[in-house]
Amino acid sequence: MGRYIARRLFQLIPVFFGATFLIFAMVYAIPGDPIQALAGDRQISPSTVQALREKYNLNDPLPIQYAKYMGNLFQGDLGESLRGRDVTEIIRQKFPVSLRLALLAFAFEAIIGMAAGLLAAIFHRSFLDMLVLVSTTAVISIPVFVLGFMTQLILGVELDLLPIAGIQDGWRSYILPASVLAAVSLAYIARLLRTSLIENLRADYVRTARAKGLPQGRVIGRHALRNSLIPVVTYLAVDLGGLMGGAIVTEGIFNLPGIGNEIFRAVQNQDGNIVVGIVTALIIIFLLMSLIADLLYAWLDPRIRYD
Amino acid sequence: MTDRHSNNPPGEDNTNTHTNTPDANPGSILHPLPADSAGLPSERTGGPPVRSVPWDNTAGTTTSGGRQAGLWGDAWRQLRRSPVFWIATSIIFLFGLMAIVPGLFTDADPHFCSLERSVESPSREHPFGYDIQGCDYYARVIYGARVSMTAGVLVATVASLFATIFGALAGYYSGLLDTIIARLTDVWFGIPTVLGAIVVLSTVGNRGILEVSLVLAALGWTTMLRLMRSAVLAEKNADYVRAAQALGAPHRRVIVRHILPNSISPLIVYATIFVGISITTEATLSFLGVGLQLPSISWGLMISTAQNRILQRPHLLIYPGICLSLVVLSFIMLGDILRDALDPKLR
Repeated sequence: MGRYIARRLFQLIPVFFGATFLIFAMVYAIPGDPIQALAGDRQISPSTVQALREKYNLNDPLPIQYAKYMGNLFQGDLGESLRGRDVTEIIRQKFPVSLRLALLAFAFEAIIGMAAGLLAAIFHRSFLDMLVLVSTTAVISIPVFVLGFMTQLILGVELDLLPIAGIQDGWRSYILPASVLAAVSLAYIARLLRTSLIENLRADYVRTARAKGLPQGRVIGRHALRNSLIPVVTYLAVDLGGLMGGAIVTEGIFNLPGIGNEIFRAVQNQDGNIVVGIVTALIIIFLLMSLIADLLYAWLDPRIRYD
Repeated sequence: MTDRHSNNPPGEDNTNTHTNTPDANPGSILHPLPADSAGLPSERTGGPPVRSVPWDNTAGTTTSGGRQAGLWGDAWRQLRRSPVFWIATSIIFLFGLMAIVPGLFTDADPHFCSLERSVESPSREHPFGYDIQGCDYYARVIYGARVSMTAGVLVATVASLFATIFGALAGYYSGLLDTIIARLTDVWFGIPTVLGAIVVLSTVGNRGILEVSLVLAALGWTTMLRLMRSAVLAEKNADYVRAAQALGAPHRRVIVRHILPNSISPLIVYATIFVGISITTEATLSFLGVGLQLPSISWGLMISTAQNRILQRPHLLIYPGICLSLVVLSFIMLGDILRDALDPKLR
């Protein structure tokens, strides 16, 4: 396991530098004036432009620009907004709300998604199975922002069940946004678990377990389920990036004062500096989380380590 | 992932011609999107190829009329009988027609607006009502099809062309070229599409459909390249490839005429689903305000403009929302049904 962790950490380094360089290159090195583009339609004075060019080292050659950019990044300096707010400070302030939203969404995904997949696989080809298949396909097809407004309309306004904006009601106000955020991943988890469980339930080792006379619950829980979870864990790791994108949309729609909402507002106010700064931070978090998922994956399936 | 070998009852698999390749991995084709992610570690473990498919190896050299028993012939016979296939293709055809000749569906001018009629509710003459600017919503929804269909098809085409070429090269030549391509893919894979697109597009001043599509294609090819690479890897040691090489066929011919036809189907399945995914992504970006800009007509942009009035005037959400979901659903269903038809293991 130790060697595996070391190797994965080592592999992360080029990916980390590559990904940050890519973002850097696409933002600051493409033709056109990035400062004007970041400011959107707003008129900015030549002296501001000059100050910003200094700030982002745009007068230096490209490799030096990148080196300075990375230096700032390592010191936790993600730049500041056009109004002078520090991006790192914004992230620190808004982080708790986003974390609560993410945890609740994750709980929904894990519990409901896995339950649906499990039931569909056990009762393969039943009405329940069909129901899971049809409803998950439908959910996957609806874009998150449409789903968000729909739940707001139906559950929030028409039925008046749950709060639809802000966080004044504590945990209750997180329920709607978290379920919207979780919906697509939940559907994928249910489908993935269903497919792989159906396959594993037909495997020889499951037949052996049954032949030994193990009770059904143990056969599924201890033998088939653990193997079937492998693709689910892998999916969860890759999906994290999608979840962050989804959080921008849901926090925007439900007006939760989190990191996503900050990006949502910044895009609408055309404050490109905040957008680039925060999203870069998110991508770095994503890279670290996928490393953790890889390690988890090796723990679930010991064979992965011995390659 | 590599361990989830299929357990086909013996005999069901008798058409499989694979030789020294390990058993194919059904997961990758069963679930293109997540399975690729699962294919990620499997690549590192030197995982087995995606699949092996029987194929009429004489296709292209001798097709002596009669019943064609190739993969595509079989697939077509199965598709023809499936109602889901016909439903999905009809919906796609309908929206495709809308995208090309919107004039067939409405006489109204989507750019003719009068503020007097702002957010008027649907009526018999104007079934979808009016938007905030007082434009005929039905006409705008119809004209909105063009952006979504173009974005979806363009992104999927560009990305899959790129993925086919470089995935095939990486799989066929292995060695240094493969390593370089694989590492670059890892780097790109580290950037989530929506986040990356937000960063890049917020620095692009004038965003049209072409700019948005190219950025999405530039960020979205990784999964397809990995699918293609592992499919080629699975085929390249097959007997018929060896035979073609022994007969002196140049590498290019071996790849294009022999390997590609046998290894492209996972990519086609995923590309179909990817059209749907890209349509969603374009709409999401336009909704967020980093995609298309007014005066473009895009479903995502329409919902974005209406967002503060949606709770009072649901029709502003419902019609573009339904169209968006319907198109995406059709592409996903088509991909699903194609996968079932193209994977002989599922038969």
